[in-house]
Amino acid sequence: MTAFIAGPNGTADFSDTPLWLSVVKALFIFVYLLVSTLLVIWFERRVIGRMQQRPGPNRNGPFGLLQTLADGMKSMLKEDLKPANADSVVFTLAPLITATMCFVSFSIMPLAGDVTLFGHRTPLQLTDLPVAVLMVLAVAGVGIYGIVLAGWSSGSTYPLMGSLRATAQMVSYEIAMGLSLVSVFLYSGSMATSQIVQAQESLWHFIPACFAFFVYVVTMVGETNRLPFDLAEGEGEIVGGYFTEYSGMRFAMFFLGEYINMFTVAALATTMFLGGWQAPFGLPDNGWWGLLWFTAKLWFFMFVFVWLRGSLPRVRYDQFMRFGWKFLIPTTLLWVVAVAFYVAAKNNWFGGPILQIAGRDYSLAVLIVIGVCASLVIVASWILGDRAERRAAERLPQIPVEVDPFAGGYPVPPLPGQRLVEPGAADDAYAATKEVSRG
Amino acid sequence: MGDAAVTIGTGEQVMFWILAPIAVMASLGLVFARKAVHAALGMALTMIILGVFYIAQGADFLGVIQIFVYTGAVMMLFLFVIMLIGVDASDSLIETLKGQRWAAGLLVLGLGGILVSAVGSVTYGLSDGVAQTNTSKGNVPAMAELIFGRYVWVFEVTSALLITAALGAMVLAHRERLGKGPNQREWSRRRFEKGENLAGLPVPGVYARHNAVDTPALLPDGSISELSVSRVLSAREQTRSPLADLEAEDAIRAEIESGSER
Repeated sequence: MTAFIAGPNGTADFSDTPLWLSVVKALFIFVYLLVSTLLVIWFERRVIGRMQQRPGPNRNGPFGLLQTLADGMKSMLKEDLKPANADSVVFTLAPLITATMCFVSFSIMPLAGDVTLFGHRTPLQLTDLPVAVLMVLAVAGVGIYGIVLAGWSSGSTYPLMGSLRATAQMVSYEIAMGLSLVSVFLYSGSMATSQIVQAQESLWHFIPACFAFFVYVVTMVGETNRLPFDLAEGEGEIVGGYFTEYSGMRFAMFFLGEYINMFTVAALATTMFLGGWQAPFGLPDNGWWGLLWFTAKLWFFMFVFVWLRGSLPRVRYDQFMRFGWKFLIPTTLLWVVAVAFYVAAKNNWFGGPILQIAGRDYSLAVLIVIGVCASLVIVASWILGDRAERRAAERLPQIPVEVDPFAGGYPVPPLPGQRLVEPGAADDAYAATKEVSRG
Repeated sequence: MGDAAVTIGTGEQVMFWILAPIAVMASLGLVFARKAVHAALGMALTMIILGVFYIAQGADFLGVIQIFVYTGAVMMLFLFVIMLIGVDASDSLIETLKGQRWAAGLLVLGLGGILVSAVGSVTYGLSDGVAQTNTSKGNVPAMAELIFGRYVWVFEVTSALLITAALGAMVLAHRERLGKGPNQREWSRRRFEKGENLAGLPVPGVYARHNAVDTPALLPDGSISELSVSRVLSAREQTRSPLADLEAEDAIRAEIESGSER
């Protein structure tokens, strides 16, 4: 178990970590991420291949494992083109921002608990801040500049559209993402990743914060520009989006950045909602075991990313924005308010008696908060569901019960459930159908 | 750290002497850059470095929020630059108001003088120091205590003001659409009523050597049809001339003819 510095600024304990050990850990994280990227590109192509009933890359190395290496070498040796219209400094700066910023966030991810490294006892985490999770969001905010600047500096229309889409996407989905994380902060009483992991010792947050987990998973796909939310790239609409004009190593940097960003958001999801490096079912998770569980959970999310890409088409831009602003943000806001009331009631800030139900203590305030929230949800779903049903009924075309097959001059077969009118009564029936379709 | 003499670590000093000149250069770039987007970039860099300084001084929350908020804000600035003044808009250096540069310089000096004299004469009481607060209360809880305790009204009133301003801007900028926009059927009907371009506008040029939306079509009499390319492309002067294709075609034809005579 990780030891903590006493006091409310609690972060992981780095008192036995000399500077050179931090450098070693930074190097370890760098290598871990690069190797993971090499693997995940192969993994994605193989899994998608399997989902589409084809083998995927299987020629270079065992099971095609070295395919990514070959591709990487290829992009290093390719010609690096730069459009004549491009703003040359910013054009080079953009991929550098993407490729460097993506590594920064991983410095606060707890990969495991306390381990012994070269005779020192230290948490397997480069550093920890009391505001570690906010730092991930801030770094993501800087990282998006890579995409936006790439699109702007290319001096071309489609990249600019891609980068504008990326900006709008980032601005709107970062709000929902931040709000979904707020409920985790409330549950664990800290924004330091090590303490959030610690707070999930008895119950992982994805159960009490189930809705926030759902919102986070949606927004993390949006933040990483992955299908079904890869509007910034949208190869069917805007060629390749922001990296249309990029080639060679500069393009490879964007590619690297995208995959490492996937690992970052997945690692954050693991840390915030799935108990971080803690093991399920009481299996051992002390020391280096933690790294195994962390990696396993990370790769679970990677599989989800690939699965989504294999099964969902791209959403339309206006649908994507409407979903973000009109559904995710308001509902997450309500969820945060509900969780705040729940946590306040649980900490007994409202006072009130404590009841004993089935041998466990429940404060009356908690029960009231849960009851009020549940009844509000039921009433809201009742009203909204009713309205949705009514709208759906209005949208259905009105089919008359009786139909005259020769009304339009040509014989028309009846739809299921329709009756044919006898030819003699055709004129009356025609008038009746007019009446119904008008009403 | 109750006393005024605060010791600064070597690491922090090294960091300061590397980052501070960059910040100064970036903020000078914000003022002097010709392109609006470069200016916005300079601003983003300055704000990020300020955030790093806050973190180095122990104000973790303030520093991270500084980066978080300002990167988003500069991004919006960036969007506005692109939407309002164009993708590659740059300042013109022509002075439109005579003597305004001198007047502005004078006013800036005056304002600077007032600020220096006012700020220079301020005295602070001894503060607890960030390190003290970080260990006794914790960085985030201490901040929360101030925001949601002592200054709660100030913050609430400020946020209400900002929300009002944002809503006001939206209401002022919003334009209600009166009536429905014309659809494809209506456009077609209008064309027939006018009796021109009945089959729609001419499509862009398609030649054996080139086929793109930026190449105008040729009419039967050999003249160039301006209607066949998008107005936006013509305004940006991004269209290309089909004459080069025609010349190439003529050359090939001449070659074939000369070949048949040989």
